[in-house]
Amino acid sequence: MSSALDELYQEVILDHNRRPRNFRTIEEGRHAEGYNPLCGDRLTVYLRIQGDRIQDASFQGSGCAISKASASLMTESVKGKTIAEAEALFERFHRLITRSVEDPVDDLGKLSVFAGVRQYPARVKCASLAWHTLRAATDAKNEVVSTE
Amino acid sequence: MTSIPLTRTELDVRSVREDFPILRTLAHGKPLIYLDNAATTQKPQVVLDRLVRYYTHENANVHRGVHLLSERATDAYEEARKTAARFLHAAETQEIIFVRGTTEAINLVAQTYGRVHVGAGDEVVITVMEHHSNIVPWQMLCDERGARLRIVPMTDEGELRIDSYEALLGDRTRIVAVTHVSNALGTVNPIRRIVEIAHARGIPVLVDGAQAVAHMAVDVQALDCDFYTFSGHKLFGPTGIGVLYGKAALLAAVPPYQGGGDMIRSVSFERTLYNVLPYKFEAGTPNIAGAVGLGAAIEYVEALGFDRIGAHDRDLLAHGTRALEEIPGLRLTGTAGDKGGILSFVLDGVHPHDVGTILDREGVAIRTGHHCCQPLMARLGVPATSRASLALYNTRAEIDVLAGALAKVRAVFV
Repeated sequence: MSSALDELYQEVILDHNRRPRNFRTIEEGRHAEGYNPLCGDRLTVYLRIQGDRIQDASFQGSGCAISKASASLMTESVKGKTIAEAEALFERFHRLITRSVEDPVDDLGKLSVFAGVRQYPARVKCASLAWHTLRAATDAKNEVVSTE
Repeated sequence: MTSIPLTRTELDVRSVREDFPILRTLAHGKPLIYLDNAATTQKPQVVLDRLVRYYTHENANVHRGVHLLSERATDAYEEARKTAARFLHAAETQEIIFVRGTTEAINLVAQTYGRVHVGAGDEVVITVMEHHSNIVPWQMLCDERGARLRIVPMTDEGELRIDSYEALLGDRTRIVAVTHVSNALGTVNPIRRIVEIAHARGIPVLVDGAQAVAHMAVDVQALDCDFYTFSGHKLFGPTGIGVLYGKAALLAAVPPYQGGGDMIRSVSFERTLYNVLPYKFEAGTPNIAGAVGLGAAIEYVEALGFDRIGAHDRDLLAHGTRALEEIPGLRLTGTAGDKGGILSFVLDGVHPHDVGTILDREGVAIRTGHHCCQPLMARLGVPATSRASLALYNTRAEIDVLAGALAKVRAVFV
């Protein structure tokens, strides 16, 4: 496989695709649905929020390896964070996957495995779908967010 | 260059490939293998040259000026119309309307013929395998008119259920709209039979020929369809140009689509007299260069001959079907008995989007997604498929590279 592909499909991403974490519903809480009309990917993000803190996060749905792994890692990273912290993390994550070559790479811990997405503009939406859906769930707008 | 002797039924693919300069492209450092022909086809040098010649020596507006260039442009444009009429075996040249593409052609029919004939409680019959462009214009019409869209089902193999189709047609059916060849399954529908059944009840039929015209000779009179549509860019021609064929009597009896220049005979603030066919439906300055380029593309495929093109298609499809069926976990979607050069598939445990990205890095261009057929994807029970679609410049060796690349996909994910 070419190096760009290796960078995109890192072992962590393949692992989260095969065995997504927090792949379940949360009965008592908020949820929002995300939809990527380009590829038909749909996922639902569930949150249990106390005060302004995300106590639990999970997701369900179907999608490509990038969108599934991104949803899985997103739920892991936002658990225990405040809504504002999660929002700030989304902004850093979005910069990571859309940055230009010259830009410095932000260390986002486990989320840094998505740095390779930058080289695949068509896949940025796959990586960001779960995050857009997270934002909709924290806004508690019960509407479908779309990447288009 | 040594030339391979051409037999009556064999396409000289090596020489055909020389005609398409873009095929020399390297994709991510590998030879481009273009298998996205159902989305759009590449253009031969003769089409590119024709566009340059038009803009270099003939460019002017059509049907207006008395000067030399205007005459040249008008001649070239109207010559392209004759070429398209001959290509479809239309009875009359005035039955060829130039449009932007298949989508516009179908919208034109829905908004003119449809608005005249479809009223509250009426029905429009389409099929489950239609492209969005042959669904949405009818849905819009039905919503506006309080009419109902009825859907012809298909078998698991992807063949239309003709018995169900027949049963769907009733007193309120005003038009049938059906694809000639399915862009997502490859199914070639029995248009002659479909038209016969509709006509027995006095119902006209529109055929979406977008996926057919690059692969088979189309004779609209033999099919006896009432409307036939196709896009130039899927026939090795430019984008932004397409053809609506309609029987003259039907087209003459409905109002214009858009108002503007060229579609009028005389205008006053009190009253406008519309122009005759085909100009009544061609408001504004048309895509003159596009039409001229399309004419060149038609002449190109005619020179190769559909007997040769068809034989080449069948050989590639058979080879591709065998090669893909050998890949563990791969399931072909669309296995109709009569099938065009479409290899649509799902790979267990791998999302089509990931398939597409990995193939792209191997130089192989395919389409992944719902192929603008979301209702069909729902019928198949999949969110998306991967699709390799073939054209006359593809080779068995390219399909072998596709199969090899799919093995790599499996190695990453399975």
